[in-house]
Amino acid sequence: MMSDAITFLRRGKPVHLRPATPTQTVLDYLRLDAKLKGTKEGCNEGDCGACTVAIGRIKTGKLVYEPANACIMLVGQLHGCDLVVVDDLARDGSLHPVQEAMVKHHASQCGFCTPGFVMSLFTLYHAGHSPTRAEIVDHIAGNLCRCTGYRPIVDAAREACNGNALDRWASAADATAKALRAIGRSDVHLAAGEGFLAIPASAQTLTALARENPDATIVSGATDVGLWVTKQMRVLPKIIHTFNVEELHRIEEADDYIRIGAAATYAEALVALSSIDPDVAEVMRRLGSVHVRAAGTIGGNIANGSPIGDSPPLLIALGATLHLRHGDEIRRMQLEDFFIAYGKQARKPGELVWHVVVPKLKHGEAFRAYKISKRFDQDISALLFAMKIEKSGTRIVNARLAMGGMAATPKRALKTETALQALSLADEKGWEAAIAALALDYQPISDMRASEVYRMETAQALLRKALLEFAGAGESRVLALREDAA
Amino acid sequence: MKRAVELATVGQALAHDSGVLHVAGTATYIDDMREPEGLLHVAPGFAKQGAKGKLTRIDLEAVKAAPGVVAVLTAKDIPGINDCSPAMGDDPILADGEILFHGQVVFAVVAITRDAARRAARLATVEVAEEQPAVSVEDAIGFPTADILPPYGFQRGESAKAIASATHQTSESFHIGGQEHFYLEGQVSLALPDEQGGMLVLCSTQHPTEVQHIIAKMLGVMDAKVTCECRRMGGGFGGKESQAAQWAALAALAAHVTGHPAKCRLDRDDDMIMTGKRHDMRVDYQAGFDGEGVLSGVEATFLSRCGYSADLSQGVNDRTLFHADNAYFYPAFNLTSRRLRTHTVSNTAFRGFGGPQGMLFAERMMSGIAAQRGLDSLDVRLRNVYAPGRDVTPYRQQIEDNALHDLVGQLEISSNYRARRKELSAFNAKSRILKKGLALTPVKFGISFTLSHLNQAGALVHVYTDGSVSLNHGGTEMGQGLYIKVAQVVAEVFGIAVERVRITATTTGKVPNTSPTAASSGSDLNGMAAKAAADIIKARMTAQAAAIWTDDAARIVFADGHVMAGNKRMSFAELAKACHGARISLSSTGFYATPKLHWDRAKGEGRPFLYFSYGAACAETIIDTFTGEMKVNRVDILHDVGKSLNPAIDIGQIEGAFVQGMGWLTTEELVFDKTGKLRTHAPSTYKIPCASDVPEDFRVSLYESEGNREDTIYRSKAVGEPPLMLGIAVWAAIYDALASLKPGKPVPLDAPATPENIMRAVKAMLP
Repeated sequence: MMSDAITFLRRGKPVHLRPATPTQTVLDYLRLDAKLKGTKEGCNEGDCGACTVAIGRIKTGKLVYEPANACIMLVGQLHGCDLVVVDDLARDGSLHPVQEAMVKHHASQCGFCTPGFVMSLFTLYHAGHSPTRAEIVDHIAGNLCRCTGYRPIVDAAREACNGNALDRWASAADATAKALRAIGRSDVHLAAGEGFLAIPASAQTLTALARENPDATIVSGATDVGLWVTKQMRVLPKIIHTFNVEELHRIEEADDYIRIGAAATYAEALVALSSIDPDVAEVMRRLGSVHVRAAGTIGGNIANGSPIGDSPPLLIALGATLHLRHGDEIRRMQLEDFFIAYGKQARKPGELVWHVVVPKLKHGEAFRAYKISKRFDQDISALLFAMKIEKSGTRIVNARLAMGGMAATPKRALKTETALQALSLADEKGWEAAIAALALDYQPISDMRASEVYRMETAQALLRKALLEFAGAGESRVLALREDAA
Repeated sequence: MKRAVELATVGQALAHDSGVLHVAGTATYIDDMREPEGLLHVAPGFAKQGAKGKLTRIDLEAVKAAPGVVAVLTAKDIPGINDCSPAMGDDPILADGEILFHGQVVFAVVAITRDAARRAARLATVEVAEEQPAVSVEDAIGFPTADILPPYGFQRGESAKAIASATHQTSESFHIGGQEHFYLEGQVSLALPDEQGGMLVLCSTQHPTEVQHIIAKMLGVMDAKVTCECRRMGGGFGGKESQAAQWAALAALAAHVTGHPAKCRLDRDDDMIMTGKRHDMRVDYQAGFDGEGVLSGVEATFLSRCGYSADLSQGVNDRTLFHADNAYFYPAFNLTSRRLRTHTVSNTAFRGFGGPQGMLFAERMMSGIAAQRGLDSLDVRLRNVYAPGRDVTPYRQQIEDNALHDLVGQLEISSNYRARRKELSAFNAKSRILKKGLALTPVKFGISFTLSHLNQAGALVHVYTDGSVSLNHGGTEMGQGLYIKVAQVVAEVFGIAVERVRITATTTGKVPNTSPTAASSGSDLNGMAAKAAADIIKARMTAQAAAIWTDDAARIVFADGHVMAGNKRMSFAELAKACHGARISLSSTGFYATPKLHWDRAKGEGRPFLYFSYGAACAETIIDTFTGEMKVNRVDILHDVGKSLNPAIDIGQIEGAFVQGMGWLTTEELVFDKTGKLRTHAPSTYKIPCASDVPEDFRVSLYESEGNREDTIYRSKAVGEPPLMLGIAVWAAIYDALASLKPGKPVPLDAPATPENIMRAVKAMLP
């Protein structure tokens, strides 16, 4: 079945959209077309959260609400979703519980970020459990407030988000889920401007479309493509969305590996990847914000080839394999081989990043990863360090080290890896050559995030830190002490 | 100093007047207003390359030909004066012949949609005969052209001698970074042409009067033809004091040229590139002190990057000098400030207005003395803090209301400072990679505009015959809760519920010739003006009640929505109606001018401040000496707001300001490249604190006092800016952690203390 309109739910009713351009953002749709002015534009790049809306989707059979940055979300991504905006919350003069709590705790001052916080908390209200403080501050890491200092917002969240959702959305959940299923997994294809907007619902349609339109822009979460639209003002006439291909969201866990579909969001992949090692969990938690992790995908992070994407160095250090698909043909390569040069990847025209296969840690293997940024949450890495070692007693048998932010691509440290072989973890004096070898593997640059000197020295310090931790040192991090460290 | 009577509304922790609207998304900001028919949109354009030089070519043909474009504005389209500066005449609205910083507006596109205007603006060819720009403080020091403003300073005693003859000396230099305001609502204005060449401008501004005047000058019309209105801002922090005017002027110019309403709303990146920030500085200083850390002499030079024009740099840098003592007595001193010209955006007001830089210097000096002498930094601070006999500031104002010893003493106990100091030393002794730091720093902040004539305010109050009240004053609402505080004052005077007071948008059409809402003065000034207006009306109503009841006016009480004399009683509305029937005016203006102020800038002496606001913060941090990462573990704050007008609002101001100050000194880093381009022009690269940066253990209290010694509005104290400097405690705690690496050595720590700057200091401590 083929539809020529985007269909989503709002206030329990289906809305059909045929946008004039395939890259119209949800925020522009809301403010300019629907004249709904509650949702604000703060930064227009998905970093401040003033434009937060709630997106309800069926996930593993359940209706789940997640926050989204409407400013960089393309309207096509609304297909098959329940859209909730701040204007929908209060009814007949009575506020939603999260709104009431925000007022009670004096959680707004200038008020401009407030609708975004309200919507983030709305999704937390529906999270189905009573969050810890750490979960609350993580949940609102994608919402910036310049006035309050956040304490009253956290207090409001603690009061309102108690795991017991009793609002209209909770009581309508079954009906909403039913309506969303009724929108169904049909292919959407509509002419828009000079090109088209396609939302294939099957792998077959997706691969065919990509093969036939090698010039099309493949969009997964739009957390980067959205900025091409809002900041670079690029005209992208042909848009192919991947999110509606259920198969591509699949995460398969085998005994010794995890296979992640390219359209799996960071949030979807987080659970499985977290089981590999607590540092994987922490780096993934610090990737973007809840908003970004609900939209952005592992596949997109790879395909995009950014030197500062956080997942590629992690996955390279773990020894991941990439599956690319062209038509029905699957091509496999080591993930590090995909990144050829800055802005250049091994993806052929019409080819799609399809799966990434991540080996789990084997007995005798250990892993460490560190993210260095100016701000802990929702910041882009100055550098990202990830290393897997195979140990025999206190000796390193094998090491696999990859870093982000240190070169034009996510890159392995081959010379350092060699120097690490057969190193004794018991003898810190013997580490210097391996630590010095990092300077042979990387020639980082200076930019607004860090200088080349800081990058190199910190990379070396992180290698020392990892070795110290492998050797059993404790008290080595200001944040997130590992339980197995010390 | 006790309040004479129990108060009904003043002092209540009422919610922000727009709180319900904020959470519902129905609080209307300018971009949310229903758009008038025929609205056009304005987008500014600038040269893609170059920071300084003559404009050699401006080709706008492609811009004009772009879809949806109605007009392209350049300097030639301005009928009157091409200037949006607050005073000096050096800020062209549209560049004329040359640019002086990267991002300076050269032209503006007017189009039928905002998208069309933004797209068209990119099609221009603007070429600049590029000259070498002065970007950094160091560039500017060596630059041949004159500073943007003459130097200024305070000097007393023979400081050089005092330093030289002291038993110990220090001589240091450090950098203090700037700060982007990052108000969540970017700059925005909507101009509506009115008949007879008039213009109504809705502007997100802290200074509607200045916007009115600038637009009138630009259009060549009298002030009375222009009205500027602002109901609320989505944050200001000083960034919309002088620098909202340019965007209002562009909207008004577009409206003037096309005859259509026009809106100018900046994209975030443009906003960050095109508007000024907190002044960054280098401070070179030396001090002499005894073995206990007691100062005998201080010399400091503040080298301040002002940008390409004067803007508010005189006041800002003067305030740096006014606060270079923070809370400490300097027996002999030479404090000077140079106002450097750079080819960067013109730095401007930002919460604290230069004060924070002066105070950071003072606190760094204290931390350094403690490190050098191996003393606890709190002891050094307490030995130098103003005390009886040692209580005259460098500008010769005697401190009459010193709460520092009591306040700091209370916080020292409530924060358990001494015991934690011991625990922390024990931790540091056994921890290789992680080090903890602790610091308790005071705040003393002078309240009043140092440009004395700004210390005035007007208000307009109407009572309607149903007993409802309309309130207007010259102060603007940027989230700080000014409107609710002033409404509480008026409700208190009339003895009515605050809900009966309708708060109306600030407009130059109702209260003229206003001062900016700045210098923390909003409720001090406008509260008093509104009270004056309400008192005038109340006196008339009292007289009428006395006439009706043939009772003594002195016995008449306004309370609980009623007016009473003994057992006689009528509602406030009934009395309002009776007054109208008796032809008594129920409307009045009110006016206030701050008393006691005198300031002789040439001599550098007088009483520039009516009083001081005090506070203190104790922060504990932990740093990673491998990476420079830092986490704030705990913060305790005690802050003096006198008798609070609204404790909920005041706590909000204190917490929010603290976090903003902490951000300035930790994660927020402005990076300009050598060509003068700002590289951190979006929240992806410029990092203000987020929720997880605020310590879970965050204890904030209001200082219990008898109220302001001065006769301020219900004995309250100003609160907007002072608590920003509480954030210095975090920076000082980082300093303390670093100092533990090598006893006896001052720490070469710059601000902000980013991981990289912390690592630079670690390396210097552990060579």
